[in-house]
Amino acid sequence: MSLLPTDQTSRRHFLQHMATAATTIPTLQFLSHLQANAQEVQKKNKACILMWMGGGPPTIDIWDLKPGSKNGGEFSPIDTAAPGVQISEHMPETAKVFDDLSIIRSMSTREADHGRGRYYMHTAYVPNPTVTHPTFGSVVSHTLGSQRKELEIPAFVSVGAPSGSPGFLGMRNAPFVVDSNGRIRNANMDGLSPERLKTRLGMLDILEDNFIATKRGELPSAHKDVYNSAVNLMTSKQMAAFQVDQEKPETVEKYGANNFGRGLLMARRLVETGVPFIEVGMGGWDLHNNVFQTLSTQRLPQLDQGISALVSDLKERNMLDDVVLVWMGEFGRTPRINQGVGRDHWAASWSVMLGGGGLNNGQAVGATDRDGVGITTKSYLPGDVWATVSHALGIPMDTVFTSKLGRPMKLANGGTPIKELVG
Amino acid sequence: MTRLLQRSAPRLALVGLVTVAFLVEQADAQSRRSSRRSSRPATGLTYPESGTGQFTTGSTDPVVAYVNERLTQSWKDNEIKPSPVASDAEWVRRVYLDIAGRIPTAEEAREFIADSDTAKRAKLIDKLLDSPDYVQHLTTTWTNLSIGRGNVRRVSRPGMAKFWREVFAKNRPWDEAIVELMTAEGYAMVTNDPDVPRPEGDDENGAINYWLAQMQMQDDMVQATAKTARLFLGMQVQCTQCHNHPFNDWKQDQFWQFNSFFRQMASRNVRRYDPESGRQVDWYSEVTWRNIDRAEVLFEKRSGELRVAYPAYLGKEIDPDPFKDRRKAFAELIVDGDAPMVAKAMVNRTWGQLFGYGFTKPVDDMGPHNPPVNPELFDRLTTEFVKGRYDVKQLVRWIANSEAYNLTSAFRDDASNEIDNPAAGESPLFSHMYVKSLTPEQLFDSLLAATEAHEAGRGGWEKAEQQRNQWMQQFVIAFNTDENDEATTFNGTIPQALMMMNGQLTKDAVSVKEGGLLRRALVENKTDSARAEYLFLATLSRYPTADEARKLDASFKLLQTDKQKITAYQDLFWALLNSNEFIFNH
Repeated sequence: MSLLPTDQTSRRHFLQHMATAATTIPTLQFLSHLQANAQEVQKKNKACILMWMGGGPPTIDIWDLKPGSKNGGEFSPIDTAAPGVQISEHMPETAKVFDDLSIIRSMSTREADHGRGRYYMHTAYVPNPTVTHPTFGSVVSHTLGSQRKELEIPAFVSVGAPSGSPGFLGMRNAPFVVDSNGRIRNANMDGLSPERLKTRLGMLDILEDNFIATKRGELPSAHKDVYNSAVNLMTSKQMAAFQVDQEKPETVEKYGANNFGRGLLMARRLVETGVPFIEVGMGGWDLHNNVFQTLSTQRLPQLDQGISALVSDLKERNMLDDVVLVWMGEFGRTPRINQGVGRDHWAASWSVMLGGGGLNNGQAVGATDRDGVGITTKSYLPGDVWATVSHALGIPMDTVFTSKLGRPMKLANGGTPIKELVG
Repeated sequence: MTRLLQRSAPRLALVGLVTVAFLVEQADAQSRRSSRRSSRPATGLTYPESGTGQFTTGSTDPVVAYVNERLTQSWKDNEIKPSPVASDAEWVRRVYLDIAGRIPTAEEAREFIADSDTAKRAKLIDKLLDSPDYVQHLTTTWTNLSIGRGNVRRVSRPGMAKFWREVFAKNRPWDEAIVELMTAEGYAMVTNDPDVPRPEGDDENGAINYWLAQMQMQDDMVQATAKTARLFLGMQVQCTQCHNHPFNDWKQDQFWQFNSFFRQMASRNVRRYDPESGRQVDWYSEVTWRNIDRAEVLFEKRSGELRVAYPAYLGKEIDPDPFKDRRKAFAELIVDGDAPMVAKAMVNRTWGQLFGYGFTKPVDDMGPHNPPVNPELFDRLTTEFVKGRYDVKQLVRWIANSEAYNLTSAFRDDASNEIDNPAAGESPLFSHMYVKSLTPEQLFDSLLAATEAHEAGRGGWEKAEQQRNQWMQQFVIAFNTDENDEATTFNGTIPQALMMMNGQLTKDAVSVKEGGLLRRALVENKTDSARAEYLFLATLSRYPTADEARKLDASFKLLQTDKQKITAYQDLFWALLNSNEFIFNH
């Protein structure tokens, strides 16, 4: 009996017997990852950063102000770097970079319930009991992520956002949800040697394959896919992309020392690593009460700082033309101000912001009437927003997916890129 | 691994390993001396061909017979044959998970598989329904459904759990429990400090936490309306607050008629002075009567036009007098009749909990826009549930004793029932069991059952509940909206895989610390094959297949030292816990 390190010869025999299939499994790739070259960053990789405003932001107080109307509220509009486009006075830094951003002021999306609105805005489809549509990050993961062989971390990262489900595109395209602090829980093997991990994965592989072979539907093999991704992730040097604290303190400061700011900074690092879709969540927009004070003292200062820092940083790094920005929530909020000085759910006329991505920025597309209640121009659906994003990312418009029942699903629900932005 | 153990408990781990190695060596020697009998595992009972009317769990209940008849007919109508009856090993794991909320221990699985009683399935169902684990499992399930998994301020999770625990422990009639919940008033302690005195009066009531959780925003009880309809009546009406339902025949005015039942309630949050911190802190919250001075509720059409609504439930109007208790009237209305929505919703949800799919998909969106599968069966189960005085245990018993619940989750070998695949969007035909993901609670409790990790240097069972809650928060994302909704980043995700591979529970499990299952498995079993067998039973509730046993045998023969063997057992246990077969309920 010995407490010396395990004898490697018999370990290898053991391995051969327990893991005869081990030589063929993709998990073995992880060893090569250890030598992966961190310099191989893909600066020209196209990507989308979705800023998700959970709860439904009052866009009438941010992007489409109505001074002089009974619905106008307490804020005044200010000029921006984009001629003729005005936004809220509480977004002064964003105003300075607005030549790189655009607003769509005529969104009309009919779903004013959080769950349904979240689904509709993320997928471009209204909820339907017979099929789960993929959230758009999963679409990008499926189309662009699958082409990026050098990418060892998930192609769809969600920084504290309710990103939704990959639906029929499968768990390999699911969002990888992380905190803005960049610590990936349980990713540390705590000194377990690569050989030992390999032994374990070899055994696991036998068990997994035996169970898959008993034909019980798709879940058992999806499990194997996810394990492959997880092993790739925890053995990859690209994990450094999550480490926001590797940035200079002044950079962190510039984005804002809060979850949203750190999330956006992490998004930039992830884009540099080759991740094509990052969703960054900012909550607290369900402002049924006390809307103006909450906006002016809490939400908008953070939002303004984060967006303006991201745009300037991407521009300085010459990445802005390749990274398309989207800002939205599940819906807007009522033009009418309620008794609690709040605004309620409203999907009939509201705004979404886009930017970067080589779009014709510096515009406000579409318009609402003087009270913000009706739309006076062509109106847009979430599919049109995602079609515009697809255009910016170079995903062909005629891409069609097939649901598990064999039903064809058009990219972005057949939406059309917004011509003012892409023309 | 050793290094890891050394870091957390340097001497203990080292001593542990030496001791285990020594004991293993002794046991091996002993078994070599005593006999070379190989234990031939019991394979369980053989069952008749499914779909022929011959299978029984031992139950003679006519309702079970009716369920079997209806499903057999629907298989014939759809021109498919059902998958075979599940082996005892496959079934025992499933029934523990579904009724007791955890997998069976190795001993429980072994005992069931070896039992030659042909009525053993019916008997096990009864035994599990009478176990404290059943009460805990349903309490957890309904507490989560009522107030979510996240920690919401000024809502008492222990209080909500207390209400449900009493309901399930006494098996109180479901209608009675819902009436009590719907009409609940009183206070709930919303402080974590057990030494804080209670307010005067004896109306502490865990049930009000349901309402407190829905009253997080001043939203005219919109969330309470939507949640109550969805959870207890199986109807999704939330979007009709703003417009008529796009698919079903709910109209906007119906939403507000419904809503007007809940307007006579208010919540009050009371704080107290905390001498230690010198600050005001949360003390208790209460749900009380609120005077409304008008009979009608005002709401706004999309056009901006204001309309009025009076209390009415599915067309039944009540006296709109604003001083009459509307919640009481509501509670009476919803449990009235032979097959009220309250009963349908519970039957549908319970069926869905056991099969993975209910009669409608999702289970809480019933209505003309979403017709159920097998409506005759659904209706009959509902009326039987009502006739049997809303006996929830009996409902579970009917479903678990049905032939369909006892089938394997594998498709038929000839693949002829592959169309029965609701995961792909098809209507469920229940011709085989569907693979279900474990809830976080089921996984946590199963990990404890499989590893006894809580025994290995951690607290006892009482601490487990608290630990489970803490552990789970890493998977909960609160959306912070007025719907008080949340998501879990749990099933089939990378964070889940990382947690299973590297998390503390797994580390504890594969350690050979005193009190842990691995150590016991190695010491108490005398041969390598018996040890491996035990680990399979403890995790997958089955014996290794012939192929697995052969590979294991060959591998262990090559290992020379006991240290190597222990390492191999640790790795095997790790692989079993990380396998798809472990993480799914199948």
